[in-house]
Amino acid sequence: MNRLLLGDEAVALGALDAGLSGVYAYPGTPSTEVTEFIQADAAAREAGVHSRWCTNEKTAMEAALGMSYAGKRALVCMKHVGMNVCADAFVNAAVTGVKGGLVVLAADDPSMHSSQNEQDSRFYANFAMVPLLEPSDQQEAYDMMAYAFALSESLGVPVVLRMVTRLAHSRASVRIGERKAQNALEPSSSKGWVLLPAIARKQYRALLDKQAAMQESSADSPFNRREGEAPLGIVACGIAYNYVKEALARAGREASVLKVSQYPLPEKAIKALAASCGGLLVFEDGQPMVENGVKGLLGADVPVHGRLDGVLPRTGELTPDNVAQALGLGSGQHFPLPSPIAARPPQFCQGCGHRDVYAALGRIMQDYPQGRVFGDIGCYTLGALPPYGALASCVDMGASITMAKGAADSGLFPAIAVIGDSTFTHSGMTGLLDAANENSPITVIISDNLTTAMTGGQDSAGTSKYEKICVALGVDPAHVRTVVPLPANLPEIEKMMREEIEYKGLSVIIPRRECIQTARRHAKKK
Amino acid sequence: MKKDIILCGVGGQGILSIATVIGEAATAEGLYLKQAEVHGMSQRGGDVQSHLRLSTEPIFSDLIPLGGADLIISMEPMEALRYLPWLRADGTVVTASKPLVNIPDYPEEAALRAELSKLPHLVCEDIDAMAVKAGNPRGANMALLGLAADSLEIVSRQALREALKRVFAPKGEAIVAMNLKCYDLEQS
Repeated sequence: MNRLLLGDEAVALGALDAGLSGVYAYPGTPSTEVTEFIQADAAAREAGVHSRWCTNEKTAMEAALGMSYAGKRALVCMKHVGMNVCADAFVNAAVTGVKGGLVVLAADDPSMHSSQNEQDSRFYANFAMVPLLEPSDQQEAYDMMAYAFALSESLGVPVVLRMVTRLAHSRASVRIGERKAQNALEPSSSKGWVLLPAIARKQYRALLDKQAAMQESSADSPFNRREGEAPLGIVACGIAYNYVKEALARAGREASVLKVSQYPLPEKAIKALAASCGGLLVFEDGQPMVENGVKGLLGADVPVHGRLDGVLPRTGELTPDNVAQALGLGSGQHFPLPSPIAARPPQFCQGCGHRDVYAALGRIMQDYPQGRVFGDIGCYTLGALPPYGALASCVDMGASITMAKGAADSGLFPAIAVIGDSTFTHSGMTGLLDAANENSPITVIISDNLTTAMTGGQDSAGTSKYEKICVALGVDPAHVRTVVPLPANLPEIEKMMREEIEYKGLSVIIPRRECIQTARRHAKKK
Repeated sequence: MKKDIILCGVGGQGILSIATVIGEAATAEGLYLKQAEVHGMSQRGGDVQSHLRLSTEPIFSDLIPLGGADLIISMEPMEALRYLPWLRADGTVVTASKPLVNIPDYPEEAALRAELSKLPHLVCEDIDAMAVKAGNPRGANMALLGLAADSLEIVSRQALREALKRVFAPKGEAIVAMNLKCYDLEQS
């Protein structure tokens, strides 16, 4: 049977059909659709497959490791920067090893379509010394899931599956197989899970001893293959393979292509390609990891071209055009971009509560030219753009509160944090505890729209608990205040903000009104 | 045979529904298909586009190369122009004529019209007015699909009509009928 699936959906269905027992994830573009697809699968719901959203990527990774410990197959999903959040659990899971298959899906975002950087998750797999799979198309994304779970169980380590935005959000027809039963409950009895130094040293040695088997698996992988015999030597990783094939076909050119979709890098195949072609061109979407690896493997005598020597752009995603150009097959004439075209950046929805928060804040900050508002990650980051221009920073999940605290420690006044409800429970609570322990003179605005709005309206972990959380962390209940962000309430919001800014201690203001998008959806359902 | 199509507009205008109907028709005809979409931040009132590739042969790239698109289907005139570098020299543009002005520096409408009129094959209509006339103001995207149907060639107008019915069927017969009315306007 065939189904038209997004790359993300192919991953989700592949995991379900491989006998998945649970997905653990925090929403993040371009990974969100994996978990949403599993949540919508009726058979999975009936079979009790866990799919509820987690508070952050670290809790997700640890819960999945617990499921693996109990013998079942678990999937963790996140966007690339989520790997930073769960890195502690991830790297150590490679040292403990796994029992049931554990697959970590990291969705990278070259060109930063919806992200603050374009870090490449392949480095994480390399760093943790575990295998990584990188599909070139939707069919491989589906097929790789069963393979990845089996590989994880046979080697006893987590396996990373790396997606990029273009594949995650592109649809194609996928051939589907039968659904496999879940693993039986069978908890591990190995002492290797207790990473006391004496045990950790043995476990680390054992991980090193598995490297040869990983290299062998890459060498024999059905996803790594050599195609063609011609003097032009190409290493094409993941989705880059498609652009290379398209450019060669359009120009009617031949090449020796080594398709790489499983890591560690298949060293023998690279050496064999270099021996028959002389120099190599490396195409990879993301950072020049393979290019550097190939250079190390082949030595200085073999010319290697790619992003490092400018044959390809150093930043941004690969396209059919920059790949064709790197191959010397320029894509010919095309229309220029006409002059009367303006940029159309994303903006707040009409009727969004964040608008009212920034309208009030904007007026107040005119009276405090020395003050700064520290932002965070979500729809409300758009408050940095005109007409508001309200934010001094947006760095990582939760950073608004801790940066405001550090700035206040330095004497900056007023120091204000704006954070969303879901981001607050993801990574803001611990920072608020730091601020509460010192009664730092900052005002934290938790703009609560009752959902994780930026990624399409997923459940938010702390809904209906925010006042209680703030008080429990040590914020004075007299300075935990709520308000409904509506244009009619602007005087009230402004007054509240002024009072709390002037209060010489920690305060929290919670403007609360449902996201206009989810409210519309809820109204339709009724 | 192949057909490379850029669908574009502003987040929230319903270009993904157009893509879904064309995709459904193409799949039913046994064609190969790849469709790259934009999800995430841009969907909040920003410019959005989708690369839709249909072919009788397997397709490699999810993205259309510059100068490679046979057709641009746009819900908004300035957005149609934004993707001109992707259009083939003899390609076709089917676009809504009415600007959606949600930015302070939106260009003069006359300047946009002048650029559009230089194109070799242009269909430019007030699809909002068409949809209102059909009694379904929310069906402007299906009116646009109706305008573009004959330029698609690789799938027939009738196949698209059947696909539209299947796509909207889960939403009920009334919604199917309303959308068909907009889709059929071009023929009436």
